[in-house]
Amino acid sequence: MSAQDKIQKTISEHDVVLYMKGNPKFPQCGFSSLATKILEACDTDFYTVDVLQDSEVRDGIKIFANWPTIPQLYIHGEFVGGADIMKEMYENGELVKLLKANS
Amino acid sequence: MTADDIKQSIVEKLECELVNILGEDGTHFEGTIVSRLFEGLNRVKQHQMVYSALGDKMKSEIHALSMKTYTPSEWEQLKN
Repeated sequence: MSAQDKIQKTISEHDVVLYMKGNPKFPQCGFSSLATKILEACDTDFYTVDVLQDSEVRDGIKIFANWPTIPQLYIHGEFVGGADIMKEMYENGELVKLLKANS
Repeated sequence: MTADDIKQSIVEKLECELVNILGEDGTHFEGTIVSRLFEGLNRVKQHQMVYSALGDKMKSEIHALSMKTYTPSEWEQLKN
């Protein structure tokens, strides 16, 4: 399976997916850490993919959403944004609304 | 890579009202970008425009660019 197919499969199988460096317990980057904290604060279940464990996905995810950085959040198969956008949407209440609308 | 290099690359490719880039360590930067080209676009598309202006630099030299993008009217509101 190509990296693009693999990503498509993952984001269709899980409602909320965060591509990150490390995992929520041991994030390997400050931005990934911030992203998991935001999702935890939204009190939502989420599935994470550690891109450091799969170099094809690490490169592939940047092409998938035409987005050069990690973390990346997907809700119901749609790319929502990186850490900056997650933070802004959390602060203005849009993220919780989006998560609730999709739960 | 300095904050000024990043600013230069952005303004060369993207017509902006304001570009402010901060960052001392050569790989992590913070920026504020105001452009009328952002009108009618969501945040993802706005950030993609900035990333695309930076092109290959985003892949190699810049580890992280934390950014805030605004349309001129959003920026005016924020200042007041």
